[in-house]
Amino acid sequence: MKMPEPDGAVLARRGEIVAALRAIVPGEGVIADDREMRPYESDGLTAYRQLPMVVVLPETTAQVAAILKYCQANGIKVVPRGSGTSLSGGALPLADGVLLGLGKFNRILDIDYANRTVTAQPGVTNLGITHAVQDRGFYYAPDPSSQIACSIGGNVAENSGGVHCLKYGLTTNNVLGVELVTIDGEILRLGGKHLDSEGYDLLGLLTGSEGLLAVVTEVTVRILRKPATARALLVGFGSSEEAGACVAAVVGAGIIPGGMEMMDGLAINAAEDFVHAGYPRDAGALLIVELDGPEVEVDFLIERVRAIAEAHGATSLRISQNEDERNAFWAGRKAAFPAVGRISPDYYCMDGTIPRRQLPEILSRMARMSEQYGLRVANVFHAGDGNLHPLILFDANEPGELEKAEAFGSDILRACVELGGVLTGEHGVGVEKRDLMGTMFSEIDLAQQQRLKCAWDPDGLLNPGKVFPTLHRCAELGRMHIQRGQLPFPDLPRF
Amino acid sequence: MTTDNFRPDTGAQVQDAIAWAVSAETPLELISRGSKRDVGRPVQVAHTLDLSALSGVGLYEPEELICQAGPGTPVAEIESMLAESRQMLAFEPMDLGPLLGGEAGQGSIGGVFAANLAGPRRIKAGAARDHLLGFTAVTGRGETVKSGGRVVKNVTGYDLSKIVCGSWGTLAALTDLTFKVLPAPEVETTLVIHGLDDDAAVRLMSAALGSPHEVSSAAHLPIGIGAGDIAGPATCIRLEGFGPSVAARAEALEGELAGFGGTMGAVDGYLSRDLWRAVRDVEPLTAPLDRPVWRLSVPPMAGPSVVLAIRSAVEGVEYYYDWAGGLIWLAVPAEPDAHASIVRGAVAGTASGHATLVRADEAVRAAVPVFQPQATGLAALNARIKNSFDPLGVLNPGRMTAGG
Repeated sequence: MKMPEPDGAVLARRGEIVAALRAIVPGEGVIADDREMRPYESDGLTAYRQLPMVVVLPETTAQVAAILKYCQANGIKVVPRGSGTSLSGGALPLADGVLLGLGKFNRILDIDYANRTVTAQPGVTNLGITHAVQDRGFYYAPDPSSQIACSIGGNVAENSGGVHCLKYGLTTNNVLGVELVTIDGEILRLGGKHLDSEGYDLLGLLTGSEGLLAVVTEVTVRILRKPATARALLVGFGSSEEAGACVAAVVGAGIIPGGMEMMDGLAINAAEDFVHAGYPRDAGALLIVELDGPEVEVDFLIERVRAIAEAHGATSLRISQNEDERNAFWAGRKAAFPAVGRISPDYYCMDGTIPRRQLPEILSRMARMSEQYGLRVANVFHAGDGNLHPLILFDANEPGELEKAEAFGSDILRACVELGGVLTGEHGVGVEKRDLMGTMFSEIDLAQQQRLKCAWDPDGLLNPGKVFPTLHRCAELGRMHIQRGQLPFPDLPRF
Repeated sequence: MTTDNFRPDTGAQVQDAIAWAVSAETPLELISRGSKRDVGRPVQVAHTLDLSALSGVGLYEPEELICQAGPGTPVAEIESMLAESRQMLAFEPMDLGPLLGGEAGQGSIGGVFAANLAGPRRIKAGAARDHLLGFTAVTGRGETVKSGGRVVKNVTGYDLSKIVCGSWGTLAALTDLTFKVLPAPEVETTLVIHGLDDDAAVRLMSAALGSPHEVSSAAHLPIGIGAGDIAGPATCIRLEGFGPSVAARAEALEGELAGFGGTMGAVDGYLSRDLWRAVRDVEPLTAPLDRPVWRLSVPPMAGPSVVLAIRSAVEGVEYYYDWAGGLIWLAVPAEPDAHASIVRGAVAGTASGHATLVRADEAVRAAVPVFQPQATGLAALNARIKNSFDPLGVLNPGRMTAGG
């Protein structure tokens, strides 16, 4: 992975830069010692590591503004970081960059039950928001599996999803407002406790922009009342094809489950070995369908889903009778990644999305690739929305295996795009999928996205080297090639 | 000057037309079926780019919950097609036609997204912006770009679907759209509580939305305002879904809301549907057509104080609330400034919000900012966004702001 060439002139001024940052953030908020910076050298994508030039941990929006203003004035790159749980290397530091950690922004600022909103600083964890309101029966719906650690600011940057997003939406559907700081140190507010934007939907653009447009310093989200009840079905099928057909039939019957997850044989057995959840070991595919809502509705729909599953050749079927049992159904799925970690020295988690009906095709292609690369792959899917998490099993201590796993992963993602899907469903592009962007987008598409970045960050200082495979100067992107004096096209219909 | 009006049949022809506009540095007015042409600042240009021939559903996969269509496809055509599979556009786009003095059912799907429309179900299901999965469009640079995809779960690259929704054709001409569709509810019931004043109504709606009973819409019609078969003062709470679930939730909610006073009733079936269609399309304020109509988005609990501030300064105001108080539709007596400073002053008195002058004479819309004016920094950022798509200002110049 090639990152932007470090700027020697900036590195030569390191001492001066550290001193300037210390003047902005006094005390222990600036870390310049290699050993102390070590925890920041990578995020959840641990294959990539890089010590930053300096780490700065501001505590106020004014400090963030001063830091960014200083960095822009001095041509210094900035990498924002929340909790560092990105699975795509979104917070990977740069050797000549300031790592701007927002971990000290950890306070909930406002809970407004009447308007059903919470306003929090960006370092508050996803689950921290739910914890703050659960005694009144409310929760924050998007639930990425890292929710115990990942920050709400990071969720905004990555447009995080989760198991329940089929029914309740992604981050972008649940954020109402932000306070942000632009690279020139200006503090702006988008949205608030009201709905929709008065101008262009900059909040929608910012969400999922992977820290390339601005630094978020406050987030307002909508909270929902917790569903009265939830029950789950655990259904075994002979094959993933049959399970996939059942998923399509459930949705076709007008049912949007709270969660609908699928695991293949390898994942089922790894999970069963690890947590003994009572999964059917002989099943080719396992479906967990969770229905949530009013008790009457859940009981009613459970029977409908049961009938659909049986009509689609379920080989085993259990319905949770209480919370313990429902949690047991989920225990295996939630432990699927570490469970796979037990049967292989290393694994590499992918994140493509396909149109659901292409499931049999992508699975057979993956099986062929698995043979070709000589690496096993376990599959865990968010079945309702076609988001795949293939786990490629490898051993990083075997020379060449990491590279082989990465090549296998890239082939899977290319296949996802070929089948009408996309490179990433919820983990983000980051550095990991950066060089695959060309499989989904033309040069023209990517240039337009980069022009939007220029509107926010004309010098390309915020998180460069992420998302876009090639960096262009804004002046070059803005140039127009106008051929003057052309006649209106003669064959264009007029009226 | 020529008076060419282009009506391309293909995306390639749209690109040709915009490429010509760029080369001639001549602006275009973008329209589709034209039902919302009178919203926004008047666009005064010599040439029209009419996208209505880019019509038709290219793909509809009920089990994948997606639909793909050309921008000129009538919304009515899409909605009736979805209804055959018991599906819907969950954001319930409003029909602006009658409010603007036109006919109902004339809008296009491109217009729905370009205007980021929504209806009473907005509070549960989101707006148009929450349902656009991907698109192809021609920018004001004369380049064809695509963004997003045809799957719900996608974070690959910037989410340009959000930025084109609500851009009123000022960034790019949409040539193809892929959007999310959802199962339609089997039944609906609306609890109607008669007799509450605005403050009590907003508190009741807040309690209903804060209950676990999955309220999908909440509106309050004050005294003198009627919608469908319902006459105000009436606070309306809609429940949708599967039959047994709706019945159980209605019963539970009736009990929980009894303490707010008023007289409880209920309507279901077509009476409920008519009510919410009327609320959605601003039917209560449509006539007389010469009154300016404002659309205010504010924090739900702030609704009554905003209305009170306006009513204490302007006589003859009519209004009602949707979105549990967060959306205020307001008709004011005709004035050259449509009482803009009073209306916007009242919104400024809340924590956050905006006011859009949805209906007014052309002269008023030319004189008064139709969309909420933004603070300097934000306005500059919006202008840079516009510039990134349309540096010469050839697409709908001046429709959203005087400068862009």
